[in-house]
Amino acid sequence: MSTLRADLALISDWVAPEARLLDLGCGDGALLAHLADTRQVTGYGLEIDPDSVVACVARGVNVIQQDIDAGLAPFSDGSFDQVVMTQALQAVHGPDHVLREMVRVGREAIVTFPNFGHWRVRKRLALDGRMPVSDALPHAWYNTPNIHLCTVRDFEALCADLGIRVRERIMVNHHHRRGALMQALPNLLGEIAVYRLGRDA
Amino acid sequence: MHTEGSVGVVTPQTFVCERDTVLASGQRLAGYSMVYETYGTLAPGADNAVLICHALSGDHHAAGYHDDDDRKPGWWDNAIGPGKAIDTNRWFVVCPNNLGGCSGSTGPASPNPATGKPFGRDFPLVTVEDWVNSQAALAEHLGIARWAAVIGGSLGGMQALDWAIRKPEQVGKAVVVAAAPRLSTQNIAFNEIARQAIRSDPDFHDGHYLEHGTLPRRGLKLARMLGHITYLSGEGMRDKFGRELREGKLSFNFDVEFQVESYLRYQGESFVDRFDANTYLLMTKALDYFDPAARTEGDLRAALAPATARFFVAAFSSDWRFAPERSRELVSALMANGQRVSYAEIESDHGHDGFLMPIAPYHRMLRDFLEGPA
Repeated sequence: MSTLRADLALISDWVAPEARLLDLGCGDGALLAHLADTRQVTGYGLEIDPDSVVACVARGVNVIQQDIDAGLAPFSDGSFDQVVMTQALQAVHGPDHVLREMVRVGREAIVTFPNFGHWRVRKRLALDGRMPVSDALPHAWYNTPNIHLCTVRDFEALCADLGIRVRERIMVNHHHRRGALMQALPNLLGEIAVYRLGRDA
Repeated sequence: MHTEGSVGVVTPQTFVCERDTVLASGQRLAGYSMVYETYGTLAPGADNAVLICHALSGDHHAAGYHDDDDRKPGWWDNAIGPGKAIDTNRWFVVCPNNLGGCSGSTGPASPNPATGKPFGRDFPLVTVEDWVNSQAALAEHLGIARWAAVIGGSLGGMQALDWAIRKPEQVGKAVVVAAAPRLSTQNIAFNEIARQAIRSDPDFHDGHYLEHGTLPRRGLKLARMLGHITYLSGEGMRDKFGRELREGKLSFNFDVEFQVESYLRYQGESFVDRFDANTYLLMTKALDYFDPAARTEGDLRAALAPATARFFVAAFSSDWRFAPERSRELVSALMANGQRVSYAEIESDHGHDGFLMPIAPYHRMLRDFLEGPA
């Protein structure tokens, strides 16, 4: 487990030993496998892509082939310590519904997404008049899986509407490095947003 | 002559249980015999044993050939063999013919010790639980205290599930493919039509057809034709047969006109030659009866709670007889209990028969799951 994706390494720091975790859109199961090895974390990954499901099984990760948009109905309230969703919020049909479900079944939610408010995105749209393509958003408008892009401000406004409390926010660049300026001007300078969320008390 | 990756020529063996056995129905069997095959080698610690549970029309001959001239290998030969998904270089694979079967284990066609004549309809109805208990007796006989994995598709998946629930300390992993925690109403309805087809055949003689020197061929053929349709998907049948006519034109009579009719008649007839009608009746009843949650007031979570195995559950996208939703019921209950489970919904147009097909991701997951952490 030496080559854990940088954003996953960032998230790992937020996960308590022996936590029960649900990973939405778990990909090849790298995060769950890493956390199982290093922190004795248990739980499940939900994933819709067949090749990724095969990869998870090969890693010995508990994976359930399921569409996140179908909801988390099988899970009862608070049945996980944390529910994680990395780089998938912008690709689901109902981000508001998924967020509500995450804080329902988890005592805490961890969410990462590409910030559409980043200055390069704004510049590309404002000055070039073209849909943004960047390292954090590598797809063209016609083939992107990202159907619900949002900015940091949009996201926090939605959280407020849904009664979801932001416990922590870290902004990083597309190499997943932090910088003081990014934290000071998150919506302008941060490329990827990493959030720790909970229900309002 | 046998293809690479084959276990080669195998010889069925017989396990004789002399114990008087009380069945779930309360009826007794004064001992029984079970025919089974094994592939691979049992490790010195007996920790590499894998049990294969067969489905309605299966038997103990899961892999390899019975002799050098055998045209067809065992029913799951594409998955079992050296280097295959269930790798016989690694695993010691055991596949018995279930009690009540018609391939050598004690069943309705066997002589009834009380009368000397075939049991016929006097053979007791056996359940999935009875099968698991008899498989456990076989395991003991073979010196296997714990299966590394119990694997089954369809009715076989129900046996794997029952093993995991009732004998948790004896099951390392459970592979439950194209199964359900219990049959749907629709499924029971299909089974009832199959049974009526058999039982209403004038040659059935209330189950004692062997004594009368007959076979309910028409009834069993109809039952199989009906069953067969439900194991395929609509798309699969369309792609395979379409509306193709055998003679190229309509002949305005009731002979075989469409290719699919010819196929179904062939399937039905060849089944009659190898399968016993009473066994078919009994197997469909075992399917109908299986319902582990009945022991926990309908609560599937509670029923599954004792299981400690790592589960792999798989369903096939076009399977409407054991639809993916039914597998998800099982998976949801396991997850709600926090039990270890993976679930894959495999894309296929083979319908329920998908579980017997060599679909690459399916076999890959099967292999990786078995190889993976205990």
